[in-house]
Amino acid sequence: MSAENPHRTRHDPHATPDAGHGERVGVYVCHCGHNIANTVAVEEVAEWAGEQPNVVVARDYKFMCSSLGQELIEQDIQQLGLNRVVVAACSPHMHEKTFRSACQRAGLNPYLFEMANIREMGSWATDDREAATQKAKAQVKGAVERAVRQQPLEPLYVDINPNTLVVGGGIAGLTAALELANAGYHVYLVERDSSIGGHMAKLDKTFPTLDCAACILTPKMVDVANHPNITLMTWSEVLSVHGYVGNFTVRVRKKARYIKEDLCTGCGTCVEKCPVRIIDQNFEVGLGYRKAVYRNFPQAVPKYPVIDTANCTFFQRGKCRACEIVCPTDAIDFNQKDEIVDLEVGNIILATGYEQFDARRVPQYGYGRLANVFTSMEFERMVNAAGPTAGRVVLRDGVTVPKRIAIIHCVGSRDKNYHEYCSRACCMAALKFAHLVHERVPEAEVFNFYIDIRASGKHYEEFYHRVLSEGTHFIRGRVAEVTDAARGPGEEGQLIIQVEDTLIGKQRRIPVDMVILMAGMESRKDARQVAALFGLGCDYDGWFTERHAKLDPVVTMTEGILVAGACQGPKAIPESVAQGSAAAARVAGMMGQRVMKREPVRACIDAASCSGCRICNTLCPYHAITFHEDRKVSEVIPALCQGCGACVAACPSAAISGAHFTRDQVLAQIEGILWDARQPEVLWLEPQ
Amino acid sequence: MRYGYYPGCSLERNAGAYHTSLMAVAAQLGVEFAEVDDWNCCGATEFIAVNRLRAYALVSRNLALAARQTNGSNGAAKGQLVAPCSACYLNLSKVEHYLSQSPALASGVNNALAAGGLSYEPGSVRVRHLLDVLVNDVGYEKVAARVRRPLHGLRVAPYYGCLVVRPGFQGRFDDPEYPTSLDRLMRTLGATVVDFPLKAHCCGGHMTQISRDVALELIRRLLKNAADYQADMIVTLCPMCQLNLDAFQESVNGLFGTEYRIPILFFTQLMGLAFGLSPAAVGIGKEFVDARPALAKIGAAAPAAAEAAPKRKPRRGDQSLPLPQMPEEEL
Amino acid sequence: MENEFQPIIVGFLCNWCSYRAADLAGTARVHYAPTMRPIRVMCTARVEPEFVLKALREGADGVLIAGCHPGECHYVEGNIKALRRFTLLKAMLRQFGVEDERVQLVWAAASEGKQLAEAVDRMTEQLRALGPLRWRQRVLGEQPVARHALEVEVGAD
Repeated sequence: MSAENPHRTRHDPHATPDAGHGERVGVYVCHCGHNIANTVAVEEVAEWAGEQPNVVVARDYKFMCSSLGQELIEQDIQQLGLNRVVVAACSPHMHEKTFRSACQRAGLNPYLFEMANIREMGSWATDDREAATQKAKAQVKGAVERAVRQQPLEPLYVDINPNTLVVGGGIAGLTAALELANAGYHVYLVERDSSIGGHMAKLDKTFPTLDCAACILTPKMVDVANHPNITLMTWSEVLSVHGYVGNFTVRVRKKARYIKEDLCTGCGTCVEKCPVRIIDQNFEVGLGYRKAVYRNFPQAVPKYPVIDTANCTFFQRGKCRACEIVCPTDAIDFNQKDEIVDLEVGNIILATGYEQFDARRVPQYGYGRLANVFTSMEFERMVNAAGPTAGRVVLRDGVTVPKRIAIIHCVGSRDKNYHEYCSRACCMAALKFAHLVHERVPEAEVFNFYIDIRASGKHYEEFYHRVLSEGTHFIRGRVAEVTDAARGPGEEGQLIIQVEDTLIGKQRRIPVDMVILMAGMESRKDARQVAALFGLGCDYDGWFTERHAKLDPVVTMTEGILVAGACQGPKAIPESVAQGSAAAARVAGMMGQRVMKREPVRACIDAASCSGCRICNTLCPYHAITFHEDRKVSEVIPALCQGCGACVAACPSAAISGAHFTRDQVLAQIEGILWDARQPEVLWLEPQ
Repeated sequence: MRYGYYPGCSLERNAGAYHTSLMAVAAQLGVEFAEVDDWNCCGATEFIAVNRLRAYALVSRNLALAARQTNGSNGAAKGQLVAPCSACYLNLSKVEHYLSQSPALASGVNNALAAGGLSYEPGSVRVRHLLDVLVNDVGYEKVAARVRRPLHGLRVAPYYGCLVVRPGFQGRFDDPEYPTSLDRLMRTLGATVVDFPLKAHCCGGHMTQISRDVALELIRRLLKNAADYQADMIVTLCPMCQLNLDAFQESVNGLFGTEYRIPILFFTQLMGLAFGLSPAAVGIGKEFVDARPALAKIGAAAPAAAEAAPKRKPRRGDQSLPLPQMPEEEL
Repeated sequence: MENEFQPIIVGFLCNWCSYRAADLAGTARVHYAPTMRPIRVMCTARVEPEFVLKALREGADGVLIAGCHPGECHYVEGNIKALRRFTLLKAMLRQFGVEDERVQLVWAAASEGKQLAEAVDRMTEQLRALGPLRWRQRVLGEQPVARHALEVEVGAD
């Protein structure tokens, strides 16, 4: 290899192109340093490629993706009149864009470019040089055959509706909504509950800074409610989503509150006078009570209460009306009906959050059976000054102050029987609890039963050491059971933690008064339905799937649908806020362009060939195919089509073609990729 | 319904009452048990530790016989083998499980079986515990329909022992940590079921023969737990558990200075009584700790349902916090 | 090992899950049989039965279709459509005498590089046990005639 000529040419560049087609293909085989060249005989592949029909030039080069490599392609397009380019290198997910841009710069339509993946699916997947080389040739041949049949395509440009829908009013959704609203875009914030705030509104303190959750959250909630660019829709649910990125139509049901919002002042007299008192399973997680007309908490946003018809005496038995009688502004309206609202938005950010793992599913820990076993969220409410005990740490009798408290980590997390994943936030919450107990009940002893302490965050490890120095006992071992079955006098009337202390290698029985189960996070029970509603994917555990785990954590595989917060995976507050902001930034960035480019990989129906059978109509998941009753033919709406090709494959008349994946192109690629597999050319006799 | 039946040695000896009562109950429920002809020892809990292949071959002989005899031709459910003894059940199902997992083990076992003109294809027998069949195949509704004399007023502690729920592999029909099917069955019969946290803990097993004090301590814990919850009796489904808790109760009292008199009955005995059978017909009277005083309570007290406190509004000044809601218990 | 039959598998990989899974297998340097020749499609629902037949006719010994797990399809349920089509195709191939192992549909999420590699290895072993497909003899019932026989015939003309 000489210095002046770093690349080698394998074929006479001035040879006449294959008379049959007139396509002039350039093939470029990349060494990728040693990554490909070590396993694939790249020179041999390039030389062989140069001898294939339609190939005008075939070169191999150290790094095709380098600027020199790209210039090589550009020069050849211009000087040799190439009208098809094939690069055999890495995955198209890595560099297809790079080479398409190179083609475009040289004046070649970027869809006349094809890539053969000889690195990820070639050199990196085997050590067998001979086989890898043979496979690379086949891939190149397939790519050439396909490229020859490619057609120039133009991307589709669509307008972007500047409004955004944010689903979920927890801290992630609130952050996203505020970021976008502050950037000048309109946001619809839809929340299923009667108030925004999410799980964070239930918390007392946040780790590791121990600042009061309400103090940092409620101002944000008020900002959202008062922001001119935000339409807040609480007590509302999304019913359907139609359309595509830039132009979604979302139907929302505003459930009846039975309160006239324009008249209600939020004075709370109705709540006070309501005679019905029931256990609040939602906001107070079963630890406190609420009325039939209620607000989740005094600082709820919006301030209007809502009537729980299932428990309201008037709705159940037709009498009472206490709230109506006491309301000073006549804001109670028992006849209110649900309202259906259609919203037009360009993007949707899902921030639907998580649910706490149901601790009843681990029966050996006794939650629900043993009164003084609490869940972590129950304890959050207990230590909250605005909670059911006004912040007093007490046993279930509401009076007795516990002297020994056990905190069990990883309930439902890091456990093959339930969820294998780590819920991330519970270790730190457990440390926070230990600290709060020391603060509120200084004489109490606290035992933390853990597998590992996961304190990887800013100032987290320091907080762990602080709690250690406060005298909390840390016992490493998964608790076998929590039981009230006393073995002897020393254990009577207590809850006994049976655990293997793995640091001293002994079974221990530790009697305590109170047990807190750090129940992990799990995806919402309806996560899969929500995913189907918005057309995105869920992983095995029900978390929404982001486009790329590392490099694209806020966008989903469905364009225009973004995710933020714990609906995408267990997260604490800082990460949820970061992801909410990131999602907002992505949306704002897209809207800044006003129009957006979409891949021209689309289906198209040839009206002359369409028999009007309508098989394709129901196959399309995007309702992108309409049927013209008058002409009895179906037609694809290009802006709605996502290019999956389901209809193309199903059309019995072959009337539908899928741009960039046409039948001709794929069949030719199959032929090419099997160039060496065809049975030997001898005479074949038809069967007798 | 007709099943293959593997009684095991206990049901012919110390757990004769289990056999008598389960046959009587089965007849009432229209279930037939066809005893596997020429069955042999299941290896109990020790043999598998002595020689693995021989132990597997020993158990597999029973599986091979059962597969041949429950081939569906005589009206029996195909390949369904019921074992009432927890140890037999575990050994049979464990061997079946491992044979299915390991072709090498299966071929070794089949070499041994060939000497006796037998062979066994893994997967051809499904080993079931008696309780599983009664609650899942027959069903609680059908059992409830047979109840003639509900066990109202009787407080029972349901005791599962360890072998029937653990390990938690294939075909296990209840939670390995906190099983509840026997609880529900007892409620179906009208009995009051007490919380029995030690329901799946160890009864001492064969420790009574090896390290007597260890076993007696384990038995004491169970008796104490049942007594703490004011159970009239412990109901079990395992001959080993029944034997240890019943026959060694006096020894426990002697060693620890306690005065437990807690009868230990098989669940099928209580089913029989609830179905209206006579105590003799279900083998009552064979236990060491006399069950008659406890059984005399049946019907004497008010039905269990009336015991539940009526829902009331919390009194003024009552600061107690609500208890977590549990899913509605069936029955 | 040198003379061991190396089957050729055409792999139709969906762009969103399985193609990425195969990329991941490579990135993670998971080595597997170099027998699978990939063709990228946007979705397994794009795979026409004709593509499979074409591949078999052109000399492939097997065809592997790989898509997203049910419920995780980028296009909502294209993989389910592929599954339905696949089931029908298999019924037909069976009548042709093409063994079940020769055409397989597997699910591989973008994170399941190892699983996809294992599927290719497994299929390669199965095809090795079955031997070459030889579509023309097997399905069309044609008999190859040796070249010298051809010359004789031409000579006789």
